[in-house]
Amino acid sequence: MSIKNMTKEKNWSGQTLVSTDYLLFEAPREKHFMTGSEVLKEAMKRCTVDASVSYPITPQSEAAHLIGELWAEGYVGTYFRGENEFGVMSEVAGCAMAGARTVTTTSGPGTLRAMENFPMWSGTRIPCQLVLMARGINSPLTIQPDNLEVSFLLETGCMIWYAENVQELFDMSIAAFTVAEMPDVHVPIITAVDGFFVSHTRESVMLPADDIALFPYNPYKAPLPPIDSEMPPGRFLRDPFVMKSNYISYATHASWQWEVRSAVDRSIPYAKHFLKGLAHVTGDQDAEIVFVACGTASHQAKEANRELTKMGIKSKVVKLRTIRPFPHAELLEATKSAKYIFVPEFNIVGWLDKEVTQSLYGKSEAKIIGRPRVAGGMSMPVEAILKEVLENVKKGA
Amino acid sequence: MSVDIYKINPEFRDIMPKEILDLEDNATWYGEKRGINDLTDKKEILEEHSLCAGCPEAAALRYILASLPTPSETVIVNSTGCTSLMFPHIALHTVHSLFGNQNAVASGIKRVLDWRFPDKTKDVVVLAGDGATIDIGLDYTLQSFFRQEKITTICFDNEVYANTGGQESGSTPKGQVFKMAPKGKVFDKVPMWELAVTSGCQYSVKLTASAPKSVAKVVREAILIAREMGPSYIHLYTPCILEIGLDANEGLWEMKEQDKDRFVSFKYVSPEAEEYLKNCKKEGIL
Repeated sequence: MSIKNMTKEKNWSGQTLVSTDYLLFEAPREKHFMTGSEVLKEAMKRCTVDASVSYPITPQSEAAHLIGELWAEGYVGTYFRGENEFGVMSEVAGCAMAGARTVTTTSGPGTLRAMENFPMWSGTRIPCQLVLMARGINSPLTIQPDNLEVSFLLETGCMIWYAENVQELFDMSIAAFTVAEMPDVHVPIITAVDGFFVSHTRESVMLPADDIALFPYNPYKAPLPPIDSEMPPGRFLRDPFVMKSNYISYATHASWQWEVRSAVDRSIPYAKHFLKGLAHVTGDQDAEIVFVACGTASHQAKEANRELTKMGIKSKVVKLRTIRPFPHAELLEATKSAKYIFVPEFNIVGWLDKEVTQSLYGKSEAKIIGRPRVAGGMSMPVEAILKEVLENVKKGA
Repeated sequence: MSVDIYKINPEFRDIMPKEILDLEDNATWYGEKRGINDLTDKKEILEEHSLCAGCPEAAALRYILASLPTPSETVIVNSTGCTSLMFPHIALHTVHSLFGNQNAVASGIKRVLDWRFPDKTKDVVVLAGDGATIDIGLDYTLQSFFRQEKITTICFDNEVYANTGGQESGSTPKGQVFKMAPKGKVFDKVPMWELAVTSGCQYSVKLTASAPKSVAKVVREAILIAREMGPSYIHLYTPCILEIGLDANEGLWEMKEQDKDRFVSFKYVSPEAEEYLKNCKKEGIL
């Protein structure tokens, strides 16, 4: 396998190159039955991926193995197991700086071990993708589903998208490269799913044929030159701020950081197009009871919506698909009718509740209730959601 | 594309600073004759630097850059410390990302350059201090050796965390009093050049920067070996004259003293690398 086998029409593995629109919206699809880990392999197979670095940690290990198999099968350019997640995320940075479309995966404690790298990724403006299969954080030791780790990633300057199920993971992880690589965006993207609930659950999923794939990444459209000695070195590298007087350093560092956040915001129109909206709303449009959730919590909220409908109580579910950028406008619009907003979450701190509360502060009269909240691998039965709703609504009435 | 990227659009020549014009007109970019002799009359790839007057590390970096076999196809990966103060002044592609992750970043870069440019030779050289190489980054340094990454790692060992104000490092000799070791360091200097050998380096050399020609020779050998064989390591003594109380003109004397002591010459070349170097000599590239 060699990159030299790539032509204008085909990538190095012989797949026909197609646009993201064609791959996501136009190509005929067939029904398959697979887990989140398996579907990630199918997605990456169709993404003309140059590089991937892996490290074992439950529950993302299988996804990482399967990307390795893609390398062995000739679909991925280079692949290896790194020494630990800090090393892996630095290796990913090196791959992406050198001009590669790069993907990696991690979970829970691995995310935290790698932490120093994520703001470095965004500050370096590399468009790599981290598929995060969320799990709990030690101590005590846990390998159960829990998305507390996402809260640590919120201010890293990376985009964060959240997929609800196997199908969304497939479509999102393809769109993720396309949006992250837009020259006016060009920041890293974290595609999150709930570990086990998505990584290990077999679901029916519609997939396009595997003889088509995305056009390759073109690093020469990047806002910073790739580190490949093929272009004059960029000022960012030759002239870093720390070398200047402190006075200049303050101003340039601040504006650089501001620009990273602006770049994340500039992804909004692209994300709207490829994700068909930053938030998906289901249920009764004029309902006073609104669930705001992401990932599998939104699936449980939709079940609660069905049960409430049976009881004659109107409700709706606002599923947030992007967390960074945060869909402020969509959330405000979707909660206009709300008297009660419930934020069911799979973590102890209620990071999404904080995000929602902050976003709606001064703009909504609704009572925001950050419950039910489960953690450490607890499931979120529909009954728990119904109990919160009925108790609060009774109190309010 | 190589050296073409350093050529200036003729339309802009009249407004370009002299040091940029000099890079095109009077620097050497490749060829077996390229070397430290260029330091006397050619444009250097390093445009000044901001280290202390008389700092041996600055001199060593000049020797290294003058000895790169093909600077226009060389990527330099750096870490945090005194070295990171010089890197912005290098005319090549250089990376600084975090403290201690330099060999991990270099591994990613080298793998992708090999993937993207199968018909070209792109050298990846890590240049970092002893704190970055041996303390905070030891895992990533050694793991890149275990994995046989085709990169050259050069450690500027000044035996101290100099840039943060003179704290003990793993490379500090036993007994030395520094900050964070107010009663003197209690354990031995980490023998990184030996760890490099047991960890799989094809080439590991310990020396001081007292003799420019010796530095030039090992840099060239190490990079040629990394291209074809696997990881190579250079452990270079560049004392922090400030932290050991020497004057600006005493660095060379200190290095010469240590040539006979802690930095007495150490050189390991694997049998395969030895064979390869012989061929390089025959072909005239060494």
